Amino acid sequence: MNLALLFDGMLVVLILAVAVWTVTVRDSFAAGIGYAVYGLLLALAWVRLAAVDAALTEAAIGGGLTSVLMIRATVRLRAGEAAARAATPGPLPRLLAALLGGSVAAGLALVVLALPDPAPTLAPQVAEHIATTGLGNAVTAVLLSFRAIDTLLEAVVLIYALIAVWTLTPDRFWGGRPGPKYETDPNGMLAYLARLLPPIGIVVAVYVLWVGADLPGGKFQAGTLLAAMWLLAIMAGLTEAPPISRRWLRGVLVAGTVVFLAIGFAGVPLAGAFLAYPEGFAKPLIVAIEAASMLSIAFTLALLVLGPPERRDQA
Amino acid sequence: MNALPAMLPETTTAGGFLLVLTLILPFVGVLAALTLGGRHARRVAMLAIPLGLVLSLAIVVEAVQTERTLVYLLGGWAPPLGIVLRADGLSAVMLLTTAVILLAVALFAHADFDTPPGTREARRPFMFWTLLLAMWGSLNAVFLAGDLFTLYVALELLGFAGVPLVCLDERAETLQAALRYLLFALLGSVLYMLGAVLLYGAYGTLDIALLAGLVRPEPAAFAAAALMTVGLLAKTALFPLHLWLPPAHAGAPAAASAVLSALAVKGSFFLVIRLWLDVMPGIITPAAGQLLAAFGAAAILVGNVVALRQKRLKMLIAYSTVAQIGYLFLMFPLAAGLSAMQLPNDPAVTGGLLQAVSHATAKAAMFMGAGLIYATLGHDRIADLAGVGRQLPMTLLAFALGGSALVGLPPAGGFLAKWLLLSAALTTGQWWWVVVMVVGGLLTSAYVFIVVMRALVTVDAGNTPKMVVPRHREAVVLALASLSFLLGLAALLPVDIVQIGRPQPFAAGLP
Repeated sequence: MNLALLFDGMLVVLILAVAVWTVTVRDSFAAGIGYAVYGLLLALAWVRLAAVDAALTEAAIGGGLTSVLMIRATVRLRAGEAAARAATPGPLPRLLAALLGGSVAAGLALVVLALPDPAPTLAPQVAEHIATTGLGNAVTAVLLSFRAIDTLLEAVVLIYALIAVWTLTPDRFWGGRPGPKYETDPNGMLAYLARLLPPIGIVVAVYVLWVGADLPGGKFQAGTLLAAMWLLAIMAGLTEAPPISRRWLRGVLVAGTVVFLAIGFAGVPLAGAFLAYPEGFAKPLIVAIEAASMLSIAFTLALLVLGPPERRDQA
Repeated sequence: MNALPAMLPETTTAGGFLLVLTLILPFVGVLAALTLGGRHARRVAMLAIPLGLVLSLAIVVEAVQTERTLVYLLGGWAPPLGIVLRADGLSAVMLLTTAVILLAVALFAHADFDTPPGTREARRPFMFWTLLLAMWGSLNAVFLAGDLFTLYVALELLGFAGVPLVCLDERAETLQAALRYLLFALLGSVLYMLGAVLLYGAYGTLDIALLAGLVRPEPAAFAAAALMTVGLLAKTALFPLHLWLPPAHAGAPAAASAVLSALAVKGSFFLVIRLWLDVMPGIITPAAGQLLAAFGAAAILVGNVVALRQKRLKMLIAYSTVAQIGYLFLMFPLAAGLSAMQLPNDPAVTGGLLQAVSHATAKAAMFMGAGLIYATLGHDRIADLAGVGRQLPMTLLAFALGGSALVGLPPAGGFLAKWLLLSAALTTGQWWWVVVMVVGGLLTSAYVFIVVMRALVTVDAGNTPKMVVPRHREAVVLALASLSFLLGLAALLPVDIVQIGRPQPFAAGLP
């Protein structure tokens, strides 16, 4: 017990230290690395809080994809870094910002400590109604049944984000391929990994999706894993990012949401409400939504990391 | 107080399915526009928006006939486990306003955002129509969601739809403006989210109606109110968090500016109303209301004075938005004052919402009008507007009508709104807000007058237009401005739509 407390204490100190370091370090590449470490440590914290679903997502998104995004961004911004640093506000505004941020954080901490204990929770209600969904994982039941509209709208948020990124495309490259053409040594380490890992990654992703019904896991974690595998293959030069004008690509991007909406509306005549599942069919329908969403999420996330098109579509 | 009715389990009401259709239709539009691509994006928008207008009209009619809030239990689950969609009078009015303005913007932008012949898909038109649908879906979600987390998702949607509208034109300044807007929007989302988390931690529900019965004056609730309010103010661009708004307008196309100023900032403002009047009416202190309105007053004065000093018409209108946003926040101390005197707060609430609708319609018309002036002259320098009155008579009339609505001349919507707010201020003895409104009105009339006078000057030489603007585009702008100008006639309606579904704790036993 005390050992656990010691571990938690060290984890908290480490998270805070990495956070402060990430914010204060002057080199943005170093900050990107700090951010990745911070994400992984947070994932550990979620594990300690027994929120394994959140931990998996944090590790995949916060520690994984977002860090790739950060590091790629810092590498690209290298050229302008000196100029940006020169334009950094002086010590006084920085001190004021730190004071403001610090006092909000301290105030929050005080309020959180004063929250009722035990916290009011909907867990008993979820437990009472989970049987209707046929699922074993309460998180999946909340995300796809009780609060399905949030999950549906979140899927739309991802699509909006991609549209926003694509808006940044230079007009002459519209419809072209995102990112540079990666060329690496076909016999090198990266190419080797990019051949070795994807088959394993795909199997693990399908497994994570499938067990998500009853155990921690689900479409988001699985989709992130798939995205990572695809990105690996692209960055190793084994395959190319598709031109964003391809209709099949657009179809894959919206497939998850379309399936979700179709099943949601089918619920109106069959189960009495939008986003309700007919009795006895909840689990297969939820798995269908999860499977379609996994594909859409994988493609959307990978394209978000790759960024707007940077070259014409040469067939 | 109203804990008892809130605790009764809610059920889906008649017409509840209209809410689902209204919420989902724009998203289906976005998906269709994205998949079909190219010039289909515009077709999808031109089809979906009129359909959405019909749906929101149906919601208004249903709400007026039944005189109650429309409710839909999603998945059949009642809160706190499930999520409901609700449309009270406030929501219904905003849904209708949004649909009307979007239709006007779509008709106006039809020619500007055409895919060039021979091209399958071009970035600018494809993005514009997709983002227009995207913005619409986000706003409908803001107006309909009954749950604080769903509203968070809606706010995220609103940000991701609004930011790219700023940088449709490929320039370094627009990119910088968009990034600044993004930073404010993200900061706002984070603060809002923190507040929502605190409320869930303290009360175990995120449903607005349930929270209203549970929230007590204690640190968690105060902290949540403060965080969420500041977050929403950043997104609403209330002074001094308005810094993103003028540069965002500077480089955005006219139609995009109309959507941003008229609608995008109203989404987060709507949530401030929800938060202050519906989620935590019991814990908002009069001092908090005064503080919020003080920022509003500062916005009115600073925004108007800076607007007067602008050289470009578009920037003048943008700073005028900064000022007009200020007016929206005067309703909070007035509503609190009326409630404290055991009077119904409807003059303040109706006045505040009417101000939002009036500004939305007037400002959309003015931005689009300025766009036509820019297209005709090739510039929008206020000093060189001479001759516009002859070249674009309908547009100038629209600008004058929209300006009168902002000033608050009868029978404009702005007149009725300000009259309601003024009477509430006098009833509650808060004379200082009367001073602010009068001074603000004078400053507003000064710059509207300057622009109209400049434009009415005739030039003998007759300047050759850079581009001849089709009459129907002028007509759209004029129609929207006229709507804004005639909005005050809403006072003659037999029902106060805004008040449908609002709790009336003090109504009984009063003369």
